[in-house]
Amino acid sequence: MAEGAQRVRAIVEAATRPVIPPHIKLRHDAGRGRWIILAPERLFDPDEVAVEVLKLCDGQRTVADIADQLAKEYNAPVSEITADIIEMLQDLADKGVVKA
Amino acid sequence: MNEHSPAHVKETAMPLGARQPGEEEKDSSEIADAACARAPIGLLAELTHRCPLQCPYCSNPVELERVNTELTTQEWQDLMRQAAALGILQIHLSGGEPTVRRDLVEIVKTAADAGLYTNLITAAVLLKREQLAKLKEAGLDHVQISIQDSDTRPENADRIGGYKGGSAKKKVVAGWVRELGLPLTINAPIHRHNVDNVEGIINYAVELGADRVEIAHVQYYAWALKNRAALMPTLEQFNESAKIVEKAREDLKGIIVIDAVVPDYYAKYPKPCMGGWGRGIINVTPSGRVLPCHAAESITGLEFDNIKDKPLAEIWLNGDAFQKYRGTDWMKEPCRTCPRREIDFGGCRCQAFALTGDAANTDPACSLSPLHAQWAKVAEVESHEAAPPFIYRRPGGASAKPGTQKTPATSDA
Repeated sequence: MAEGAQRVRAIVEAATRPVIPPHIKLRHDAGRGRWIILAPERLFDPDEVAVEVLKLCDGQRTVADIADQLAKEYNAPVSEITADIIEMLQDLADKGVVKA
Repeated sequence: MNEHSPAHVKETAMPLGARQPGEEEKDSSEIADAACARAPIGLLAELTHRCPLQCPYCSNPVELERVNTELTTQEWQDLMRQAAALGILQIHLSGGEPTVRRDLVEIVKTAADAGLYTNLITAAVLLKREQLAKLKEAGLDHVQISIQDSDTRPENADRIGGYKGGSAKKKVVAGWVRELGLPLTINAPIHRHNVDNVEGIINYAVELGADRVEIAHVQYYAWALKNRAALMPTLEQFNESAKIVEKAREDLKGIIVIDAVVPDYYAKYPKPCMGGWGRGIINVTPSGRVLPCHAAESITGLEFDNIKDKPLAEIWLNGDAFQKYRGTDWMKEPCRTCPRREIDFGGCRCQAFALTGDAANTDPACSLSPLHAQWAKVAEVESHEAAPPFIYRRPGGASAKPGTQKTPATSDA
């Protein structure tokens, strides 16, 4: 199918340094009292956990770094947090919301 | 943090016009929640109706607005600020061809400064690299380029758009978009003259570096209705294209997002047009008329306000045209008691009006409409007959041959 397509699917792993690309906006929507993600003809409605993760997606921190930090904040096991974050970020990477 | 990894991020498509998300049907309460019925999310700004292309499926109204009626730079800028204040999040700068407006950069800058997400919807053939760079600098967030076919069939693409050299020019401009680091969506209207090449079109979008491609079967309203017999694919062709889209979504996961629009002649249920009338989207015409949908003026008897006379918030909340079909109270049977009434909102009001004479009737696209069978039959018959010539859309009237005019006059309007 993808003949001529050199691009490949980005796979999110613990060592990945995820970043929100410039055209995706994580914005606080004051009128509706919530955070939202703006994308071309799409809105994403992140929950509190997702907002915390996405704020840390700066292209510097790895998934493992993010998981460490949140594990402390939420007082939860790192392994669970890591798996949760990877699943979420992979889904968002597939939708073009996060670059891995 | 939940160990069962729930979906932490809910996705909502904000389709423009009759488009719908290609993915699984969304639960209506979820959309209501995310899209928030009290304030609109998106505003489609038709900056001008001038356009160098002559597409037979043009989505602009049959009566185009003239250049000397277009809003001024200051009026558009003021509208952008009002939109942001009203809670609108996304601005789609469209047309006609928005890049014929010489003040496009100023309008984009004002919108971006007001915090709006700016999307340029363009045919691309008039764009210059320098202009694109200035748009980016002004804060443009995203570019959507329409194509008529893949670059392997440029003659076909140029024939459909009625613009010689268009296919090649679009490819060059798409390259600039990516070089400048702007995200790109490719929009491909699909019909019987390119439905055999859906796979090629998707691959071409990948090759162009697009993040997203719309495989958008033509919607037969306004000008496109004149060309229905020339454009309607057969059911078999449509089904084949749907299979290709489904496979490509799987194969190209994480590489490109594919949105699909079904021709509603072949659908069982109608589309939730505009995501519900007066619910999430506002359309503003070149002269400042504020519409619940870009085709709404085809419904005679509706009264539309102009942004020159009233504030946007006032029009949105209380405007006659917005109130008329907002929510579900206006519905008749079978919509009124239908369990899907807040999923598809009875379909398209404009199509209901055009085909039944009453915009409050069920859209004949719905299998529950008494007119549905007769209506669906039209597509079957027309799509199996030899395609008549296109009636090209050109300023000053229709033609079976593409006109030679290449560049519309620009203005400082």
